[in-house]
Amino acid sequence: MSNLDRFIETFLNGAVLAKYTPSILQGVWVTVELSILIVISGTLLGTLLACIRAYRLRLISFLIVIYADIFRALPPLVLILLAYFGLPNIGLSLSSFTVLFVILGLTLGAFAEEIIWAGITSTDKGQWEAARSTGLGFTRTLIHVVLPQAVRMVIPPLTNRAIAITKMTALGTVIGVPDILNQATTAQSFSGNASPLTLAAMAYVLLFLPFVILSRWLESRFSWKKN
Amino acid sequence: MSKTTIRPAVNKPDQQNGATAPAKGRPTLEVIGLKKSFGTVEVLKNVSLSVAKSEMVFVLGRSGSGKSTMLRCCNRLEEPDSGDILLEGEQITGRGVNLDKVRRRIGMVFQSFNLYPHLDARRNVTLALRKVLKQSRDEADTRAAAALARVGLADKAGNYPSQLSGGQQQRVAIARAIALEPAVMLFDEPTSALDPELVGDVLGVMRELKQDGMTMLVVSHEMAFAREAADRVVFMADGHIVEQGPPEDIFTNPQHDSTRAFLSRYSYGQ
Repeated sequence: MSNLDRFIETFLNGAVLAKYTPSILQGVWVTVELSILIVISGTLLGTLLACIRAYRLRLISFLIVIYADIFRALPPLVLILLAYFGLPNIGLSLSSFTVLFVILGLTLGAFAEEIIWAGITSTDKGQWEAARSTGLGFTRTLIHVVLPQAVRMVIPPLTNRAIAITKMTALGTVIGVPDILNQATTAQSFSGNASPLTLAAMAYVLLFLPFVILSRWLESRFSWKKN
Repeated sequence: MSKTTIRPAVNKPDQQNGATAPAKGRPTLEVIGLKKSFGTVEVLKNVSLSVAKSEMVFVLGRSGSGKSTMLRCCNRLEEPDSGDILLEGEQITGRGVNLDKVRRRIGMVFQSFNLYPHLDARRNVTLALRKVLKQSRDEADTRAAAALARVGLADKAGNYPSQLSGGQQQRVAIARAIALEPAVMLFDEPTSALDPELVGDVLGVMRELKQDGMTMLVVSHEMAFAREAADRVVFMADGHIVEQGPPEDIFTNPQHDSTRAFLSRYSYGQ
C-alpha cells in the first residue's frame, strides 16, 4: 500500500464517508441553528448594553463593564463546563444545547458590547451636537444618528468576533451537543477511521467561508469617506 | 428669574422687509449677564447682547475671546454658569426648561458642518422634521425639498455628504436648520473650514436668508461680508463685549484698542 493510498484510506475513506455523511449533516443543522441564535442574540445583547452604557449612569455602566470583562477574560469552555455540570446541583438543569447557546451568546454579547461601545465613543462629538441642536433628544440621537454610524464603523471587528465565537460551537462536543464535531468524533470512534473528521472540517469550511467572505464585503461596503 | 438687568439698548427697529410682523419691544434673542468658566479660565465675563427680529448680528474677536462659547451658550450646547438667555421673551436658562423644545426654535450651523454621513441630503433635513415635529414622510419630504431649493441644492437631495463639496455640505446643514423654521439662527464660523472658492456660495445663502427676514447671530471672520451684510457688529475681547455698532462705524472708526489691533491685522478688502 503506497503512502497516498494509506492517506486516502485514513482521511477520505469512501465507504466510511458514505455511511456517516447523514449523521454529520444532522450535526451541520445543529451547528447552523446554534450559530444563528448566538449571532443574533449576542449582537443584540451587545448593542443594547452599549446603548445603555451611553447614558453613563455610574452603577449600571459599572455592572456592564464587570460583565463584559469577566466574559472576555474567561475561556468559554470553562463557563460551559461550569454551567453544564454545576448548575444542576442548584436545581437548574439546562440541556447541553441551551448551555452552549447561553454561554456563547453571553460571550459574544460581552465582546459586541465593547466593540459597539468603542464605536459610539469614537463617533464625532459634532454629530451629537448637530442632532441635539435640532431638538432631537438623547435617545433619538443615539438611535438615529450615533448608533448607525457606530455600527458601521465596527462592522469588521464585529463580524470577525462573531465568526470566532460561532466557531466555538465545536466546544459543545464536550457536553454532548450533537453538533458537527460531535457527530464526527462519534463516527470516528465507531469506524476507527479519521474520514468523518475530514468531512467535519470540510463542513466547517463550507459553513464559515461564506461568512468570512461576507465580512470582507461588508468591510468595503460600509466604509465611506470621511469629509 | 431676573428680568430687569442691564441690557444694551441696541435694538434695531426697522424691518428688512414688511413680510413678518414687527416684534416691537422684545428682541428675538437676549443674552443677559452671561458668565462661563472652563475650569479656572473665565471665558465669558458678564456678556449681554440682544438680537432684534430679522437682525443680522456679527460677532468678531480673536480666537479665545469667548465668541464661540457665547454662541454655544445660546442654545445651551454649553451650559452657562450664570446669566439669563431669553428667546422671544421666554427664559431658556435654568432648570425646568424643555431643552429639546427650545432647541428646535434655534437653528445652529457649525464650522465642521456635522452632517449625518449615513443619510443623504434629504434625510439629513427630514430627520428632525419626522422625529421632532412628527411630520409624515410626505410632509417632511416636501419641506426638505423646499429647504434644499432655498440653499440652491434642490438637485442634490439624493447625495450623501461624502458626495458633496464642503460648500454644498454647509448649505445642506443650513437647510437642515431652516427647515425647522427657527426663530433665530446661530452660525459658528460657518465658512472657516471651506476652501476660499466655496465660501461665496455659503455667504450668498446667508445673504438671502437675511433678505427673507431671518434673525441671525453669526460668529465669523468674514470681515468683508460682515461689513456689507451685517446690521450690527459686536466685538469681543477677553470675555467681554468691548464695542458694538453699525459695521461702518466699527470698521472705519473703532474706539477700543483691541478692536483696532484686531482690525489692523485683518485686511478686509476695502
